Amino acid sequence: MSVQFGNPDRPNSYIGKTVPRPNAARLVEGRGKYVDDIVLPRMVHVAFVRSPFAHAKIQGIETVDAASVKGVLRVFTGADLAEVCTPWVAVLAHLKGLKSPPEHPMAVDRACWVGEPVVAVVATSRAAAEDAAELVDVDYEQLPVVTDMMTALDKDTPVLHPEMGDNLAFQRVNEEGDLDAAFAGAHKIVSAQFSTARHTGVTLEPRSILVDWNPAETQMTAYHATQAPHMMQTVLAKHLDLPESRVRVICGDVGGSYGIKVHVYPDEVATAAIAKIMGRPVKFIADRLESFTTDIHARDHKIDAKIAVDKDGKILGFDVDDWTAIGAYSVYPRTSAIEGNQVINLCGGPYDFADYRAKTTVVFQNKTPTCQYRAVGHPIAVAITEGLVDMAAAELGMDPIEIRRRNMYADDAYPVTSPAKMRFEGLSHHQSMDKLVGLMDYDALRADQAAAREKGIHRGIGIATFIELTNPSPFMYGIGGARISAQDGCTVRMDPDGSIVALSGVTEQGQGTEAMLSQIVAESVGVLPSKVRVITGDTQVTPYGGGTWASRGAGIGGEAALRAGRALRDSILEVAAAMLQADQSNLDIRDGEVVDSESGTARMPLEELGRIVYFRGDTLPEDLPRELVQTRHYITSEYPFAFTNGVQASYVEVDTDTGEVKLLKHWCVEDCGRIINPQLVDEQIRGGIVQGLGGALFEEVHYDEDGQLLNGSMADYLVPMAAEMPDMIIGHVETPTKESALGAKGAGEAGTAGAPAAVMNAINDALRPMGAQVSAMPFTPERILRALGTIEE
Amino acid sequence: MKASVGGYARATDLQHAIKLLDSADGMARVLAGGQSLVAAMNMRLTAGDLLVDISRLSELRGVTDEGDTIRIGALTRHVEVGDNALIKEHAPLLADAVKFIAHATIRNRGTIGGALAHADPAAEFPACVLALGATLQIMGPDGGRTIAVEDFFLGLFETDLEPEEVLMAITIPKAEAGERQVLQEVTRRSGDYALAGLCLVKRQAGHRLTMLSVGEQPELATGAMAMLDAGNIDGAVAALRAEIDPSSDTNASASYRRHIAGVLLRRAVDQMTGDVR
Repeated sequence: MSVQFGNPDRPNSYIGKTVPRPNAARLVEGRGKYVDDIVLPRMVHVAFVRSPFAHAKIQGIETVDAASVKGVLRVFTGADLAEVCTPWVAVLAHLKGLKSPPEHPMAVDRACWVGEPVVAVVATSRAAAEDAAELVDVDYEQLPVVTDMMTALDKDTPVLHPEMGDNLAFQRVNEEGDLDAAFAGAHKIVSAQFSTARHTGVTLEPRSILVDWNPAETQMTAYHATQAPHMMQTVLAKHLDLPESRVRVICGDVGGSYGIKVHVYPDEVATAAIAKIMGRPVKFIADRLESFTTDIHARDHKIDAKIAVDKDGKILGFDVDDWTAIGAYSVYPRTSAIEGNQVINLCGGPYDFADYRAKTTVVFQNKTPTCQYRAVGHPIAVAITEGLVDMAAAELGMDPIEIRRRNMYADDAYPVTSPAKMRFEGLSHHQSMDKLVGLMDYDALRADQAAAREKGIHRGIGIATFIELTNPSPFMYGIGGARISAQDGCTVRMDPDGSIVALSGVTEQGQGTEAMLSQIVAESVGVLPSKVRVITGDTQVTPYGGGTWASRGAGIGGEAALRAGRALRDSILEVAAAMLQADQSNLDIRDGEVVDSESGTARMPLEELGRIVYFRGDTLPEDLPRELVQTRHYITSEYPFAFTNGVQASYVEVDTDTGEVKLLKHWCVEDCGRIINPQLVDEQIRGGIVQGLGGALFEEVHYDEDGQLLNGSMADYLVPMAAEMPDMIIGHVETPTKESALGAKGAGEAGTAGAPAAVMNAINDALRPMGAQVSAMPFTPERILRALGTIEE
Repeated sequence: MKASVGGYARATDLQHAIKLLDSADGMARVLAGGQSLVAAMNMRLTAGDLLVDISRLSELRGVTDEGDTIRIGALTRHVEVGDNALIKEHAPLLADAVKFIAHATIRNRGTIGGALAHADPAAEFPACVLALGATLQIMGPDGGRTIAVEDFFLGLFETDLEPEEVLMAITIPKAEAGERQVLQEVTRRSGDYALAGLCLVKRQAGHRLTMLSVGEQPELATGAMAMLDAGNIDGAVAALRAEIDPSSDTNASASYRRHIAGVLLRRAVDQMTGDVR
């Protein structure tokens, strides 16, 4: 039976409807259970002494005073942990040339960034551990630092890791066609320099891990706020020399991740190593300062880019030179080359053109490592692409909507492979643009802008089309040799009372995974969503899966749930047919009852079927299968990724006296294929937009030239807040992927991908009559005034 | 980080508070609303001090009409300053300032006395009370004293308060007929510390102008005040930009702040003359 998605009156029609989140009441009532809520017998706390220098040799460590503090149990150095924990090297085979030195859970003889863990103090309370940590005396010899990205490869810049030969971590050119010829024959060439600031994810719940080692069972249990429990199981087992089967990772409630919690952090592995040495539970909860210095950073890119167009505004080619600096180590196991690689894969994404050259250069430096953060590379690629397209339109005197309509892939062009060699199965750029233009009433907005301009009020409209990479296949990590699962599984079972339990390998980070899964399982089995309980985040319990990353939960985990649910439905109906002496094909399950599919007449509630199967199985035919539990796994195979598309628009007002930018309104039309829960998708888009607006206007990690972090608090690292956020109008086009029965693609990163470019283009639209332009994010009041030439010194 | 506290004592009355402070040998901190102190403790920027909690001292509460002046108890919370009828009528600058201060949870706990004793140059209340020409009432082991606000702020987070003294109240002259009081600021986000802010008071005796976030302490911009008294707006802008000494940080450079000071002054003057943009 296939789901009749087009028929809203179909039975059990929960896919496509806003149903309440099963975990909402629990979380709102404060009954969530995060790692820090878990208290185990004999549990101790660890605090880390972290390097105050960006680059320093560790000459000696004096721990006597610290060890004497009341409540302190042990003090560990990097050398202590190196005895039980092997270092890791974060490279992937398919990212050719990527190199990174071995990294230990704590610095052994050299610290390479401010915040790198150097000493661990274990005590009966975190406060006591911190008191003692202040008394640890580390003798550092400062070494020369590498902080500037653009000079990292210069001859006179010191080499951060001498054994690596130079400071180059990775370089790749993505090239198609004859770019030089295209540029030589162009009507106009527009070039610009862009930069995106170093960001971090600022999760509500900081990184948290509690690890217990039970020598009697030779079993390690890690309660971990993570996106990828199975990946962490592999990592802990490998580096602490345990069989994978003897590591259990349990991930309960997680207070937001955004990519921050999908990586291996030295202090978290150190916590596990300490638990193994001490044979008792050890808890580490990052505080906010630690979060700013040690959570991965991202998006620190500088780009020189050019676009060539003909006289009709047809795009001939893009030439992109992207640079990024990733800190002292590539981050394990996903590596820190992915972001730059994404940039050169995604530039020009929405457009049908021929000639392309994009190069990324990824260098080491003495700062906090960078890695994948929500919408990896997308906001950068979209800013480059859409910034250049707007600048070209302005050069040609063409409307920004018109130039895009002339260049976007036609809605009937698919399947198609882009010059960046990305394969698109089916996108809806034109339909999405038409819908956006209608939603925002583009002409009326232009009239408002003109009227405001007459009064000396400078408003601007910015458009940004984008593509988003979702539903990744093993092409993302698996082919590079990482044990990171692209497939995912779901087990669905019926219990005697007719209720359903679904166990899924995708995880809940607060984004609504449980709601999405409960809807799919409810529809595919034929019960009310309230009859479905969803269990995620336990490597010993759920099917093996990848977890939450790259917008895969609904598309991959959802399809596995759909298939498992349908299989369970078939199993139930096979039993029902035997009990009712009916033809199985004439039966259906609706609202928890077996019914005649033709007439809808109730035949038997699932509770009755459960009673017979589980307690009076003797009354059923002996050879009748009665496994009311089914598992299905799903992996995409035809396309490396399921691309989605969308378009955003921003309307801003720029105060040209102070440089302040006011966000007046924001629109997004997005095509994530089948929508499972409209409210969840809309709020994912809105939340993503907010994160993108943060990048456009507020967020920037600052370092000084010595590699000291300058803004490690919520007072100084500015995240977007409600008061500054505009109304957001969200619309949808649905182009389901044909790879799955569900047809869902990811929706988690689209908002973040397009918002910064839309705001940049809106600001530049407002500033254009004054001859000013900005392209370095975030667009602070000062940067606006400097662009206007108001402040010069 | 976890705070490291040397002790905690709740004062039962003002004399008890002073006795606790006096006996701590300079190692005590007054805890009122705790909105700056507790944050600093939680980052271990301050550690090991005895906290003397004065929040139950009713004699430090309330706003009273004292004829030509109003008296604002040091424990009056920001939200109360914003809502108080006497303050709105006689010192509207203070009431207006409240909406620029942080967020509701902070305004519900923070106190005006705490804000003044903390002397953060980026905070609104210190700049406001200086612009208003307030006097401060202080109690110590040897009895009470009164100090003009001009003599109170001594530097970055530094005031004339001795470690064993408690700020009791702020006395502010009532606005005279026709007096205008204006606050202007630029922030990155609503509720943030201002990149730069400006308090302007216009009285028969002349203008009083102070700024926030442009120096180590709130100061009267006397050069700009003289130009304003002379009716020379351009001169006032030039003088103001010359007499402030802002610093650069991750949110804005000194050049930006110096530029914005002039913009804010023009806007404040426009607001006073009714030409509001």
